[in-house]
Amino acid sequence: MLARRAKDLRSQEAASVLHIRLADGRAVRIPTGKIIRYYQPNALSAPERLGMAVMNFWRFLSEDPREANTEGGIFPAIFGTFVMTVLMSVLVTPFGVLAAIYLREYAKPGLWLRGVRIAVNNLAGVPSIVFGVFGLGFFVYGVGSFVDRWFFGEALPTPTFGTGGVLWASLTLALMTVPVVIVAAEESLASVPKGTREGSLACGASKWQTIRRVVLPAAAPGIMTGFILAMARGAGEVAPLMLVGVVKYAPTLPLDGIFPFLHPERKFMHLGFHIYDLGFQSPDSEAAKPMVFATTLVLIALVVLLNLAAILVRKNLRRKYAGGTF
Amino acid sequence: MPAELFKALRREPDAGTNVTAPETARPLIDVEGYNFYYGSKQALFGIRMGIPEKQVTALIGPSGCGKSTLLRSFNRMNDLVEGSRHEGNIRLGGRSIFDPALEVISLRRRMGMVFQKSNPFPKSIYENVVYGLRVAGQNDRRTLDAVAERSLKAAALWDEVKDQLGESALKLSGGQMQRLCIARAIANNPEIILMDEPCSALDPVATTKIEELIFELKKDYTIVIVTHNMQQAARVSDWTAFFYLGRLVEFDGTKKIFLSPSQKQTEDYITGRFG
Ligand SMILES: Nc1ncnc2c1ncn2[C@@H]1O[C@H](COP(=O)(O)OP(=O)(O)OP(=O)(O)O)[C@@H](O)[C@H]1O
Ligand SMILES: [Mg+2]
Repeated sequence: MLARRAKDLRSQEAASVLHIRLADGRAVRIPTGKIIRYYQPNALSAPERLGMAVMNFWRFLSEDPREANTEGGIFPAIFGTFVMTVLMSVLVTPFGVLAAIYLREYAKPGLWLRGVRIAVNNLAGVPSIVFGVFGLGFFVYGVGSFVDRWFFGEALPTPTFGTGGVLWASLTLALMTVPVVIVAAEESLASVPKGTREGSLACGASKWQTIRRVVLPAAAPGIMTGFILAMARGAGEVAPLMLVGVVKYAPTLPLDGIFPFLHPERKFMHLGFHIYDLGFQSPDSEAAKPMVFATTLVLIALVVLLNLAAILVRKNLRRKYAGGTF
Repeated sequence: MPAELFKALRREPDAGTNVTAPETARPLIDVEGYNFYYGSKQALFGIRMGIPEKQVTALIGPSGCGKSTLLRSFNRMNDLVEGSRHEGNIRLGGRSIFDPALEVISLRRRMGMVFQKSNPFPKSIYENVVYGLRVAGQNDRRTLDAVAERSLKAAALWDEVKDQLGESALKLSGGQMQRLCIARAIANNPEIILMDEPCSALDPVATTKIEELIFELKKDYTIVIVTHNMQQAARVSDWTAFFYLGRLVEFDGTKKIFLSPSQKQTEDYITGRFG
């Protein structure tokens, strides 16, 4: 039924063809099905041309890709990058801050503490692809297949969480960026004056109350700095993502209007990977060049934008408790 | 210090105050042969004294003689120092503060502390004052409002900040911050207020304000104040303890200490011959 209808439509489409005679006398036939839009550049006035350029750029930002990514827009990649980065930052911050609180406030100085510190510093130097392999082995094949067996048994053998997805990608990057957050958070915890802590204890607060109610708010701007650094590092990363959930083309977005809105198991598109795909994997890389440059610009702009947002938040935090002492 | 100067400094009439010898006044805090060590370094040697109730006791002495150490022993802030230990005992209202059954937190609620460097929290003025109640689990808005107003009024800060209670405490001036810390210290309705050089970072006007405040507060609270300023000790305190190298040299009525100290060392220190 459907197949017949599709065949009908296709033959209808083939029936209407646009015949054009070019300036040099050649005749060209274009099936109208291949035409997306047309305009006459030479007949446009300056403001119309400007409008055209803006429209084209907007289409580039807001549309889905076509023709195996070499044409059309990059919206799913922008959106995927955004969702992944935000998810990663949300995951890495509490983890990093808790680790920093443990290291700075609770751990007794000694061999263990020194060992953990060295491990954290070494973690910062591990190549990102290694994190990708770890994410694949641990999150995807380990945790993911476990989750599948317990909660999505009826869908097997098709994996739900047992394959790359935006959650695993975010977790992998969170793991990669956690040393940055730990170090920054530890520094800012250390910079909270001893007098402030003592003041809280002298009021009858417990150690944990002191940390939660006084030390953390005082350290918040410094923790935000760690958050910003982690975000910048994570947003531009590609190599580990290729192993844990980024795809060349994802038909669905990881966040949409369908319940439960966030779909952590979905594969997603990413600007960094899109650049790699366009520049090095497409059949005609010369033709894809403008797309590569434009996508790179968008990626950089996105990172700048995310950072600016975080910096604004930090500025607000600082102003809220700024000391114009004496 | 000449007698006239002392008289001029004292605002109180000398007669009619209930100043009695330390041995006969009812002590709220009893220090009984107290030694304190930072690691292997001994900071206090066999301190023995009674802090009288609802009076101001000043601790004076040259830098490093252990005044802060003793003051911080009262609310066990020294517990936090790595490798510190003590011998002897301190009693609060007859009960040992080192009694394992006594919680440090409840002990600290009974003693407000004001530090040398004012240390407001990165919170609003209001939240600073009610902090002690909040951590004790008190969240009833009406109670908190009442306590905030009462404490700020008692700390003579209410009129200056009543329209900006929601603003950051860190925007206040140094003197206002210190009075805020005093308000915070009395919000828990403690029995004792411990003050460690509360005016050393303040200008004379702010200092006068705090001294007047101490005068008011001693009606309701027992106050122990560490100070480097002889005039201040003479002005605000009823009792003065002079420490030297970790030992209590002399402890007596302020008037007696300043006018006719029984120890040569005390006299030398008060007249500024050393320290
Ligand atoms: N945390 C600490 N660790 C080791 N030693 C300390 C510590 N705090 C104080 N001390 C030592 O204990 C002694 C008494 O110090 P304390 O702070 O009680 O003196 P102080 O009388 O308050 O002096 P100041 O008038 O300068 O404040 C000093 O010799 C000091 O070096
Ligand atoms: Mg001191």
